[in-house]
Amino acid sequence: MTTVSSAEHSRRDFLYIATGAVGAVGAVAALVPLISQMNPDASTIAAGAPIEVDLAPIADGQIIKVFWRSKPIFISHRTKKEIDEARNVNVASLPDPEADQKRVKEGHDQWLVVIGICTHLGCIPLAHQGEYDGWFCPCHGSQYDSSGRIRKGPAPRNLAVPPYKFVSDSKIQIG
Amino acid sequence: MNMKKTLAILALAGAIAAPAVVIAQDSQEHSHETPPPPRQSWSFAGPFGKYDPAQLQRGLKIYKEVCSACHSMELLAFRNLADAGGPGYSEAQAAALAAEYKIKDIDDSGQPTEREGRPADYFPSPFPNEAAAKAANGGVAPPDMSTLAKARTYERGFPWFVFDMFTQYQEQGPDYIVGILTGYKEAPHGMQMPPGGHYNEMFPGHAIAMPPPLQDGQVTFDDGAPNKLQDEAKDVAAFLMWASEPHLVARKRLGFQVLIFLIVLSGLLYFTKKKVWKEVELHPEELAPRPPTEYRKA
Amino acid sequence: MQHSGISAHPVYQPKSGFMRWLERRLPIGGLVYSSFVVYPTPRNLNYWWTFGGILAFMLGVQIVTGIVLAMHYTPHVDMAFKSVEIIMRDVNYGWLLRYAHANGAAMFFLAVYIHMFRGMYYGSYKEPREVLWILGVIIYLLMMATGFMGYVLPWGQMSFWAATVITNLFSAIPLVGDPVVTWLWGGYAVGNPTLNRFYSLHYLLPFVIAGVVVLHVWALHVAGQNNPTGIEPKTDKDVVAFTPYATIKDSFLMACFCILFAWFVFYIPNFLGHADNYIPANPAVTPTHIVPEWYYLPFYAILRAIPNKLLGVCALFGSILILAFMPWLDTSRVRSARYRPLYKQFFWLWVAGFILLGWLGSKPPEGLYVISARILTIYYFAFFIIILPLLGIFEKTRPLPLSIADSVLKGDVPLGASAPPPVRT
Repeated sequence: MTTVSSAEHSRRDFLYIATGAVGAVGAVAALVPLISQMNPDASTIAAGAPIEVDLAPIADGQIIKVFWRSKPIFISHRTKKEIDEARNVNVASLPDPEADQKRVKEGHDQWLVVIGICTHLGCIPLAHQGEYDGWFCPCHGSQYDSSGRIRKGPAPRNLAVPPYKFVSDSKIQIG
Repeated sequence: MNMKKTLAILALAGAIAAPAVVIAQDSQEHSHETPPPPRQSWSFAGPFGKYDPAQLQRGLKIYKEVCSACHSMELLAFRNLADAGGPGYSEAQAAALAAEYKIKDIDDSGQPTEREGRPADYFPSPFPNEAAAKAANGGVAPPDMSTLAKARTYERGFPWFVFDMFTQYQEQGPDYIVGILTGYKEAPHGMQMPPGGHYNEMFPGHAIAMPPPLQDGQVTFDDGAPNKLQDEAKDVAAFLMWASEPHLVARKRLGFQVLIFLIVLSGLLYFTKKKVWKEVELHPEELAPRPPTEYRKA
Repeated sequence: MQHSGISAHPVYQPKSGFMRWLERRLPIGGLVYSSFVVYPTPRNLNYWWTFGGILAFMLGVQIVTGIVLAMHYTPHVDMAFKSVEIIMRDVNYGWLLRYAHANGAAMFFLAVYIHMFRGMYYGSYKEPREVLWILGVIIYLLMMATGFMGYVLPWGQMSFWAATVITNLFSAIPLVGDPVVTWLWGGYAVGNPTLNRFYSLHYLLPFVIAGVVVLHVWALHVAGQNNPTGIEPKTDKDVVAFTPYATIKDSFLMACFCILFAWFVFYIPNFLGHADNYIPANPAVTPTHIVPEWYYLPFYAILRAIPNKLLGVCALFGSILILAFMPWLDTSRVRSARYRPLYKQFFWLWVAGFILLGWLGSKPPEGLYVISARILTIYYFAFFIIILPLLGIFEKTRPLPLSIADSVLKGDVPLGASAPPPVRT
């Protein structure tokens, strides 16, 4: 074999390394659109924009269901009894400790807004059922109270509270 | 012997080529029946082309005030007006524009109702369906404008279509649209127009169902830009091009980066190839696919 | 299957523990090593030999872009056109994926024509590579079917009417023609059932192509590559290891090919397409000129040149199938056109005729256009049926070099007096 000087060696190696590096950068860059295209597209994101819900038609004690980002949202117009039950609890003894005051907006204690998806495996719990005057999930028996907190059953967490705000006393914007 | 064979082959080649030459000349005359539209200058032409947001906004105004009476734009959403590389409206402006429209929807008891437009809504159609569009327009439904600028072209002919590959001429659609909008003329003496047909110089067959939609000064622009027929035609054609190809700017920008990258990579690969093959070219008689020690005994 | 005089391949020696473990159970390492690393490749291959690798690359590109596009496309007549526009407007990089897939098909066909013409010029279809060649014709037919069905999917005017014209061809079959067409359509005209089945098959066929490509490469490796001299390698001096020599050469031209690809995708993405396909399909309105994509145009011209419907269809399919018979139609014992001065001229005339037929396919079938198409169709078939067999008998070939190494070292000047044509091994 012909011998090759070490200077030539390193020049040759540099070229090979440079070519390999540029090629690798190209290969990775080519992956970007292939992976990115699976993320929600512009029309999906637009369809998931915030929605406004008028609270005026919801009677005392009534729970309605709306959809936001294809998820069911429970809006509960709580009675005084339900609010008191939610507050007269030793928070520390709850499976997922959380005070009721933290789950509602200040000055609007009678309105509970939660995502209606059981935190166990994703079924939709049934309203006004269960031992805690809240929700009961028929799939595996999880029970939620009038603040949407898990009390009994396999679900690990309380029903999630979506981002929302009061745009007026009788209207909220979810999202 | 060789001479005869060469002559025979030349004769055969001539027989094949001659019709082609005649055809090339023939096609020149054919295309003059409907003249090609004049080439306009577009801000979005060429490898570094960009849309002019002010022009697109003027074009939108023309669409809203004139074209939308008959032409739908079903694939364009109000939110697209705030997209990058477009007319440059803010999200709030796009939402305000959407709110000007009444969109058909169903209320909670299932009855049809109307509500304010939202950014996610699409531009509403002037007609409830195709049959209604046809009936209201003399039997021809006005085409939807979402892809119109890419759905129209004119024959370039040989050899111009070859040059177009290098000059990147992709604006046949907008040029044609400007040609049509400015091509309404008096029918030449003795030419009968079919009922409902208007004479247009640029339209193949010269009888177009659409009455001339634009004239000088028809739309006034907030920025005081010129609004002669030619200007209005160009502005609306540019808007239609954006509606058809909203990602043009991003495409050309990424294209430049990709091309530079590929040229660099090709150069590196070329020199690597030369280096690798130098051994073969320098000492071909010494070259073996692998050092002898690694060979299995044959 | 060794060439005499070429050393046996070195054996794969796995370096890592994992590879040693795997090699005993599934010798993939050894297979890749012997097929693509030490595989002896003629040293004189020119860049026309790169296109096989480019084709494999383009098949990969089409499959990958196709699969991601399929995540967003809806194969229903009411939704297809809109779903493609949603891809173009809303899907992240959707415009890029769509333009890459559409222009990728064109690049795929450009590469396949160059690849085929290389085979025709250098006699790569001749013994012992007949099966390799026929597998190639099968791949080509599958590509044409795949491309045709893919073009229907956006459900534009051209999609719909191309589907109508091409499926109607089958009504030319005597006796069963009309039932066959109804069966293809799944209805009384091209409609939703047709679109759905084309989608299913369009997704399937590329994987069938991939399978036939595996057979194609296997057949290639049995016989070894042809090379520009058409003489088989005789000694180690005639060959180099596939890696790094062929690999780096292929990579270079692949990158250049990608430049051309990128030029189309980013700067002139609609140049090769047809404007009418941006109009949603309308069964009540026929476009003024129904034209297929450029890669079908020569055959479209041949189809329309014949005034009789059934004979036209026969000529269309015949013009492709006749390629499969080249190994037997060509009676010459010299492979490469380098040493066949007459064949070379007829070949280039044929290529020019093929390109002209392509141009004629885009023109209305009337007057001088159809007359020229007829003349060129006659030459197209005469090349295979008359000229090839006769040339083998009457052509005086140039003297062949003694070996590949000689042709490289001495610049393709033969040693001594005219060498006899190679003995069939």
